[in-house]
Amino acid sequence: METILSLKNLHKKFGAAIHAVNDLSFDIKKGNVYGILGPNGSGKSTTLGIILNVVNKTSGSFNWYGGNLTTHQALKKVGAIIERPNFYPYMTATQNLALVCKIKRIPFTKIEEKLKAVNLYERRNSKFSTYSLGMKQRLAIASALLNDPEILILDEPTNGLDPQGIHEIRVLIKEIAQNGTTILLASHLLDEVEKVCSHVVVIREGVKLYSGTVDEMVASQGLFELKVDTDSEKLMELLTKFEGIASIKTEDDKIIATLNKSVSASEINNYLFHNGIVLSHLVKRKPSLEQQFLTLTNKN
Amino acid sequence: MLRLLNIEIHKLKYSRASRVLVFIYFILLTSIALIAAIKFDIGPVKFHLADQGIFNFPYIWHFNTYIASILKFFLLLVIVSMMANEYSNKTLKQNLIDGLSKKEFVLSKFYTVVLLALVSTIFVFVVSLILGYSYSDFNEISIVTTDLEYLFAFFVKLVAFFSFGLFLGILVKRSAFAVGAMLVWAMVEGFAKGMLYWKFDTMVANVMQFFPLEAMSNLIKEPFTRLGAVKTVAKQVGEDLSKDFSVQPLDIVIVLVWTAIFVYASYVLLKKRDL
Repeated sequence: METILSLKNLHKKFGAAIHAVNDLSFDIKKGNVYGILGPNGSGKSTTLGIILNVVNKTSGSFNWYGGNLTTHQALKKVGAIIERPNFYPYMTATQNLALVCKIKRIPFTKIEEKLKAVNLYERRNSKFSTYSLGMKQRLAIASALLNDPEILILDEPTNGLDPQGIHEIRVLIKEIAQNGTTILLASHLLDEVEKVCSHVVVIREGVKLYSGTVDEMVASQGLFELKVDTDSEKLMELLTKFEGIASIKTEDDKIIATLNKSVSASEINNYLFHNGIVLSHLVKRKPSLEQQFLTLTNKN
Repeated sequence: MLRLLNIEIHKLKYSRASRVLVFIYFILLTSIALIAAIKFDIGPVKFHLADQGIFNFPYIWHFNTYIASILKFFLLLVIVSMMANEYSNKTLKQNLIDGLSKKEFVLSKFYTVVLLALVSTIFVFVVSLILGYSYSDFNEISIVTTDLEYLFAFFVKLVAFFSFGLFLGILVKRSAFAVGAMLVWAMVEGFAKGMLYWKFDTMVANVMQFFPLEAMSNLIKEPFTRLGAVKTVAKQVGEDLSKDFSVQPLDIVIVLVWTAIFVYASYVLLKKRDL
């Protein structure tokens, strides 16, 4: 698979104290949908700013299309939205998009099509300043799609939208992904990434904690939630002896046993029953992306 | 180059504020012609300014470029706001993401500055030509075409002045503050001039000519004391007003160097900044 973007040991410092991006390396391959996950202030937007040439890197390197194109050339094949939609407030949607066409050196022919795609065609002659936030965000997506980009970069695309707006944008992103466009999506909303992305990069305080597919990240062997009415010490002791259980911890009144190999619920139930423990509660679960994320970003 | 100019004009033409200011500017330029209408007719004293020789070729080139350059502040507002608004609307960031390089961005602004200066110069040329042919005592081609360097000086002066505005727009990012910064700088130059006169007395002009605003104003010197009528009066009171009014090559060079510095500094500033 063709590598579209590759980051190597990227650093960004703001002054001496803030190390916004710390030794970040990852590759973006064609056709995948990537999510960059991280809490607020973890360096997501800064990273996107660097690869889009609006933030200067402190050290390290990145290259587009294996270094065959300069960043400036590559950006003409990219569609990007950063944080908030930025347009000229005194221009209409059509005029704003025409300007983008001029900058990207493409004909005006796509404007109508893209405005229809994001459902703004009826309002095409209204000034940008009269738009609601959702409409502004949709116009930004139309603008990013104007050149039929090979890769679409979205930074918090649903930020500040109402549930309906969020849903519309998600549907739009999924449609775009189905057409084979590579997408790089930065977000702190986990369900968003889980629903849309195939790959994920998790960063915290500028450091990469995980990169791989969403499935791999979620697909550990799973865990058991157990509860017993009487002798929980004995239960804990028995569980530590059981092969396939990696760790045990207590959470509220439940015991959580994390697995390191595949164990079925009946196996464990059988084992405990034969050792004199009758469970009042037993659930086998796969951890959600949220739990995995919290485990990863938890400082300890 | 045309693409960059096209992009910038696209941004300007839909902005009502810019349109109004540019419109007012050109109306005011045209209104130089109204000076011709200044007429006093108080009994025995008949005074018609147009008959005093201010519209005589080649003096008209000097006079009109001088008056017209006072009006440059209108366009300064347009230029400063077209730069600062890119910051406040965050469209600068969006332009860069859309694929404009920082160099192209600065160049598109600079080309617009040159275009505005060029249109102003042509406009002043046409207005002066019409006024001259209507009121001048001499209409021979050889006289009409003398002293045309004032038009060139006018053009250079506008480009430099607007480039300064552009630079300040990038530096302070807010139009009102940028115009304020220009005024503060003018005061700094005035203060420096005063201090130098106080301390050194001589040679001050030699130092001051290197300051940007001073250099720009040196390009076209005030034309009033050159007027025949004024000279006659001065002679009667025993004052010698003979002074070199021509456009000095050194002044042109200094101003061009400043222009280059402003444009390059704008680029460096933009390049170093994180947006």
